[in-house]
Amino acid sequence: MLGLISPGQNGQITPTELCQKCLSLIKKTKFLNAYITVSEEVALKQAEESEKRYKNGQSLGDLDGIPIAVKDNFSTSGIETTCASNMLKGYVPPYNATVVQKLLDQGALLMGKTNLDEFAMGSGSTDGVFGPVKNPWSYSKQYREKRKQNPHSESGDSDWLITGGSSGGSAAAVSAFTCYAALGSDTGGSTRNPAAHCGLVGFKPSYGLVSRHGLIPLVNSMDVPGILTRYVDDAAIVLGVLAGHDPKDSTTVPINKPLVLSSLEDVSKLCIGIPKEYLVPELSSEIQCLWSRAADLFESEGAKVIEVSLPHTSYSIVCYHVLCTSEVASNMARFDGLQYGHRCDIDVSTEAMYAATRREGFNDVVRGRILSGNFFLLKENYENYFVKAQKVRRLIANDFVNAFNSGVDVLLTPTTLSEAVPYLEFIKEDNRTRSAQDDIFTQAVNMAGLPAVNIPIALSNQGLPIGLQFIGRAFCDQQLLTVAKWFEKQVQFPVIQLQELVDNCSAILENEKLASVSLKQ
Amino acid sequence: MLARALWLGLRVPLGGPRGFTSKTDPQGSGRITAEVIEHLERLALVDFGSREAVARLEKAIAFADRLRAVDTDGVEPMESVLEDRCLYLRSDNVVEGNCADELLQNSHRVVEEYFVAPPGNIPLPKLDEQEPFPHS
Repeated sequence: MLGLISPGQNGQITPTELCQKCLSLIKKTKFLNAYITVSEEVALKQAEESEKRYKNGQSLGDLDGIPIAVKDNFSTSGIETTCASNMLKGYVPPYNATVVQKLLDQGALLMGKTNLDEFAMGSGSTDGVFGPVKNPWSYSKQYREKRKQNPHSESGDSDWLITGGSSGGSAAAVSAFTCYAALGSDTGGSTRNPAAHCGLVGFKPSYGLVSRHGLIPLVNSMDVPGILTRYVDDAAIVLGVLAGHDPKDSTTVPINKPLVLSSLEDVSKLCIGIPKEYLVPELSSEIQCLWSRAADLFESEGAKVIEVSLPHTSYSIVCYHVLCTSEVASNMARFDGLQYGHRCDIDVSTEAMYAATRREGFNDVVRGRILSGNFFLLKENYENYFVKAQKVRRLIANDFVNAFNSGVDVLLTPTTLSEAVPYLEFIKEDNRTRSAQDDIFTQAVNMAGLPAVNIPIALSNQGLPIGLQFIGRAFCDQQLLTVAKWFEKQVQFPVIQLQELVDNCSAILENEKLASVSLKQ
Repeated sequence: MLARALWLGLRVPLGGPRGFTSKTDPQGSGRITAEVIEHLERLALVDFGSREAVARLEKAIAFADRLRAVDTDGVEPMESVLEDRCLYLRSDNVVEGNCADELLQNSHRVVEEYFVAPPGNIPLPKLDEQEPFPHS
């Protein structure tokens, strides 16, 4: 399964060559604005070391020499970590996030830090200080042809599409072949949403499976690191490396056996649940149709497909809104300019200094959430808003438990309401409204702490990716990925065609699963 | 077949709350008085900055008010999805640290091994002592 080094096999490449190809692609796709920091020297040095290991027959594993990217809210030692905010511009962490360290320990090459919405707040990757991220599919042959535009001309650039968010930079980086896998974070759908819009596998692990140490926190009770890849097998390899108890994160649990993905041949013992409350009027008819066809596919292959009810679905976005802003209000309190990050010039008093620093450092979205959160946490509001939301959270989590207890193995839902929209369209509504709309199918999963994955199913009538979401039982990530892998094989989602824009550089990288990259000794 | 059921489902009017993305969000109950604004700005050490920001907060509160419709009698608040598990604590031994220099490097104002802060215990000026929304 993991075809690595095989002397004499065709299509071999050295880690350094692979690294250089990816760096070159990063330069060619700079207009996507996927990367905030490109760690060229670091990556090349890592590639050199990887090459030495291969020469000595001491490869560290599947990820040795494989280019990866990391969302810029994960701490990376010696490499600027900004969270796309003025508050952390110039901040260089003195340590690596556990997940970053684990990837580096396996010999992965860190290509750079990717762009996001400021502090991961948003569903478009449009609200960071380094500007918005452009969806590579805006430039794909599939999309351009549908729009009857000359694929060689750049004239249509004003109508480029968003990647979704908040891990849009990571999604664009993987989608444009600049790396094989990227880390995102997922608090309300921030990994699955851009995965759906960029035609990628976007995996959210069970809460507690993967360490959050070093992930700059948004909502401690819901955040998880997310994985973005082109194929399910690749996501499984990365998860295998990352999963497990971390002594530095007491909210992680030990796992008792290593994660190995097997092939599912027979789905007749599987029960798929379709939550009826997810069929909302706002859902695009194309996605609804694909959702229906996916259900039919499982049924025709012998699986049991039943309708289930998650009765509190319509309240989950409201509940999420209250809990999220409340935890954000608390988590953002650490940014005061004293020990790290931006500091203003005012020296009159600590309070004045903190207030001005935070005004200068945070954008409107972040400040808005902090203020909302503080409102909900006021003594007179605490019971009616915060505690109430915590109670509703239990009801939502119980809805899922009940659905799974009725014999369902995996739930199948849409991931997004529609395909990726143009940026100019997206910014017509404010961040809070957009997040409330776009997170609709994804955030309940974070509240219940369940694993979920976006799998691209087909292209829309406009030639843009559409994905569906699979949700599994808590800590049944392996089973979830097994089902996802079966589905991926059935639907054969097309590869993005970007040749016109990136010459023949991508030729070697197309159709290459991480697992089958052949690195030379 | 399920496909037909899903298709039919769309044709039947959906009962119950619908359109969480309702465009008719009430503008707010005017609960955000100047007092509340001042109080929040002091607690959060973040200022509203503009009337739009206050309006946004009012919309956020109106949105949150929808939770009142949920019956939560007898339901315990949920703090963590891992509530039925043990947390693993590390043993209380020092195994790393001694990195004062590295940590001090990230600060803008440092004197020897100290972070330098302006004087404390000086409250922010009251709202009526400031210009309203100086940063609109």
